[in-house]
This record gives sequence, C-alpha cells and structure tokens, in this order.
Amino acid sequence: MPDPILQTRGLNSHYGDFQALYDVELDVGEGEVLAIIGANGAGKTTLMRSITGLMTNGPGQIHYRGQDISRLRADEVAELGLAMVPEGRQLFPSLSVKENLMIGAQVGRTGPWDMQAVYDLFPILEERKDQASTSLSGGQQQMVAIGRALMANPDLILFDEISLGLAPIIIKDIYEALPGIIGEGMSAIIVEQDITKALSVSSRVYCLQEGRVSLESASDTVSREDISRAYFGIE
Amino acid sequence: MEWLNAIVQGTLLGGLYALFAAGLSLIFGVMRLVNIAHGDLIVLAAYLGLTVTTATGMHPMAAVVIVVPAMALIGYALQRGLLNQTLGDDILPPLLVTFGLSVIIQNGLLEVYTADPQTLNAGALETASVAVGGVALGILPLLTFGIAIAVIWGLQWTFYHTALGRAFRAVSDNQDIAQLMGLNRRHIFGLAMALALGVTAIAGILLGIRTSFDPSIGGGRLIFGFEAVIIGGLGNLWGTLVGGVILGVAQTIGAKIDPGWQVLAGHIAFLVILAVRPNGLFPRISG
Repeated sequence: MPDPILQTRGLNSHYGDFQALYDVELDVGEGEVLAIIGANGAGKTTLMRSITGLMTNGPGQIHYRGQDISRLRADEVAELGLAMVPEGRQLFPSLSVKENLMIGAQVGRTGPWDMQAVYDLFPILEERKDQASTSLSGGQQQMVAIGRALMANPDLILFDEISLGLAPIIIKDIYEALPGIIGEGMSAIIVEQDITKALSVSSRVYCLQEGRVSLESASDTVSREDISRAYFGIE
Repeated sequence: MEWLNAIVQGTLLGGLYALFAAGLSLIFGVMRLVNIAHGDLIVLAAYLGLTVTTATGMHPMAAVVIVVPAMALIGYALQRGLLNQTLGDDILPPLLVTFGLSVIIQNGLLEVYTADPQTLNAGALETASVAVGGVALGILPLLTFGIAIAVIWGLQWTFYHTALGRAFRAVSDNQDIAQLMGLNRRHIFGLAMALALGVTAIAGILLGIRTSFDPSIGGGRLIFGFEAVIIGGLGNLWGTLVGGVILGVAQTIGAKIDPGWQVLAGHIAFLVILAVRPNGLFPRISG
C-alpha cells in the first residue's frame, strides 16, 4: 500500500456516556479509494464526524500526512485539505446554488477545481446557479454537495452515504461521475449502504459493526460470506 | 395639519427605533442570540460618545468615527470571550448571561458617569429645521431617518453581496456544515456581534443628541428595539424599519391625544399587531 494520507489509531468516539467507536484502526493510502460499509448504527457517520473534526477525539488518534489532527476544529481540518460530502446533502437553504459552491472555496486552497470545472462536471448546475438550493431535486442537490466539497480542492474527500435517498437512475449518474472526480489524484473514503456499488469503485473495503472494524480487505477479492459475517456478525 | 405633523414626526422617530432594532435583528438572525443587554449597549455607546466629545471637543456626529470602531471591538471581544460560551441547544444561558451583562453595564456606567442625565451637544444641528408643506421637519430626525435607511441598506447589501454575508447566512443555516467549509463559527459570530454593535454605536450617538440619557434608560430602548423587530417580522431588516416607523407613529399619535399616552400607545400598537399577525408583518422573507 502507498504511504497513508490518513491513519486512525485506537480511535474511540463518544456521544456523552455512549461509546460509538471502539479502537478503530484505519489507513487510507495516497490516491486510494476506500469503501466503508456497515449496517445502520454501526458508526460510519460517527467515524466521518471524528475524522473531519466535528466530534472531539482523544490526542494521537487521527493522523493526516503524519500530523496529529485529532484535536483540531473542523475548519482547521478543512484547511489541511480534507473535505466531506455530508449525509443527506445538507446544503445551505439560504444560499443559492452558486453561493453554496462559493462557500466550498472559502478555505482558500487552489487546484484544478473552480466554479467552471464544477459546471463542466455537472452542466445542470450552471443552468440552476441562481436558484435556491432547496428548489433542486435530490440528485441535483447531491451534485451541489459534491461540487461544494470539490471547490475546496481537497486531497482527501469523504462521501457519507453518497446514494442514500436518491433514485437508482440518479445513483447511476453520480457513480459514473465519480472516476472524473477522484481521478485527479485525490484520495477518497466512500461510505455506502449498497455493497456492490461500494466494492466496484474502491480498492479496499472496511466493514464496521457496532463501532468496531469487523473486516478489512481488498475490494476485488473479498467474498460474500466474509461480508455477511462482518456486516451482520453472524458466524 | 397637526395630525399630519404627528405622523411625519413619528415616521422620522421610527428611523431611530429601526437603528435600535437592526443590531438585535442581526444577532438573532445569525446566531439565535437574544441580547438582553442591547439597550444598555446603546446607552454605553452614548456615554462613549460623551467621553470622546468632551475629551477632544469633536462634534458628536464626528465622534462616530471613534465610537463605531470602539463598539465593534467591544462586540468582537464580548462574543469571543463570553457569549460564544453560552451558545448551544439551550436558549436559556444566553438570556441569563446577557441579563447579567445588562446589570453590570448599568452599574458600571453609574460608577463612572454617575446618575446625572447627560446629552451630547450637537450645537445648531439639534434645533435646525426645514419647512415642507407647512410641516416643520427637524434636520436631526431627517438625518436619523436617512442614516437608518442607509444602515439597513448597507446591512442588506453585506448579507447578500459579500463573502462575509454569505458566511453569516451559511453559519445561521447549519453551523456544523459551515465549520466543515472552513468557517470558524466563533470568529463569524464575533464579526456579527462587531457589526451589530457598530450599528448600535450609531444608534447610541443619535439617541444622545436627540434626548438626555442616564445609565438606567437602556431597558426602555431594548423594548422599543424588540417591538420594532417583532412588528416587522423576525429576520427581515426592511421589515424592522417598517416596525420602527409603526411604533414611532403610534407613539406620536398617542402623545397628540394625551402626552401621557406616548409610550402606552406604542405598546398597544405592538400588542394589536402581535394579536393579528403573530409572526409580524413580513416574516422571514429575507435574512
């Protein structure tokens, strides 16, 4: 595996007294696409929130390019080149499509992605740029959410539940656009309920079960049995 | 003609109330903070104006160039040092803390400036007027109204045409996601409070030129500001101007009927509008 861009070591996350993650050890290689699967409540979104700095972590638990980022605020993590497409899109309703994209560029990182590059990727967004973000369809909103994350020119992009709540035809479109996005040398973590889709775009897969890593494997060699065991915990 | 006069004077008075209210509206819109100390901060600004004018001999209107940045700095420090710690899911802590702040500011002003009523001496500006169609319009109220329109236009423009305004709206919509986009909400909230207290500084100076003030009058200014915000509809700055005008006109008409009814008439107009339109006249059209 190439040098890791992101490493978690003994990552524990809590919501008050409730522990959501237990000793999660995860590596993302430079330029690698990693898939994270797991049932509802397995801790996938918590893991994303921990990595991006939206949850407070213990010191030394998350390293990005060798730097300990576990105690940084989310905006400081974003400046280092880590962006997220959050679960359920979560666009800013008071902002137009164009303004949502502009907010993504707020971190001030330069690179291949600017407004025009996003419009080239998703031409429909240019037509809708002055509309309220909430007036778009779910699929178009997902395009805005992806574009917003790309505008930060991240080195590592996190997709949380990328296809949740979208029509199958839209999911197909989004997945067809993914290689064009990640192909620019970016690393990515894709959190996905659809296991087949997750395996098809990733090189390695982690499965979470009740807050613990229950499987770590190459995506092309993992067996169905291994996945069901890791996913449901059935021996 | 006397009634027309009352309506016109009330409208102009509404400009001052809109300035009281704009800062409140802004802070509530961006961070859902109800600032009980707002009226006392207006009075604090008037006293800062007094200190600047007596120390330097400046005209009170010119003192704005010192008092506005000073209040903005106080606002930023207050937000970063104190108020950010009170913000969360619970609405009670900011209410209690700003109430406490209100008490502290009032007593601090009493210590430093005593309870004697003061005014800002603006010379000829205080009494100058022009006659328009038989109604004498004071230059100061006209100026106040013009400044209110300019300030609200400026705030509106900032909200919808600048990166700062975009950041305000984004943080107001979703704090976590805004943080993910590299916006530090604590800093953004600090800037919002700085802007709000900058407006408050203008309001305080104009108040101090118009009437005498002492450390205890903050509460009344807070109520007028609140009423203007709520009549206009929460989160709508132009609505706030309309709210201020309605309040001002109600007060001058009340005073016309009986001088003792001035404040009461304003509160009655507020209650009537609240009963008929509980969300105000123009709720949530814009930020």
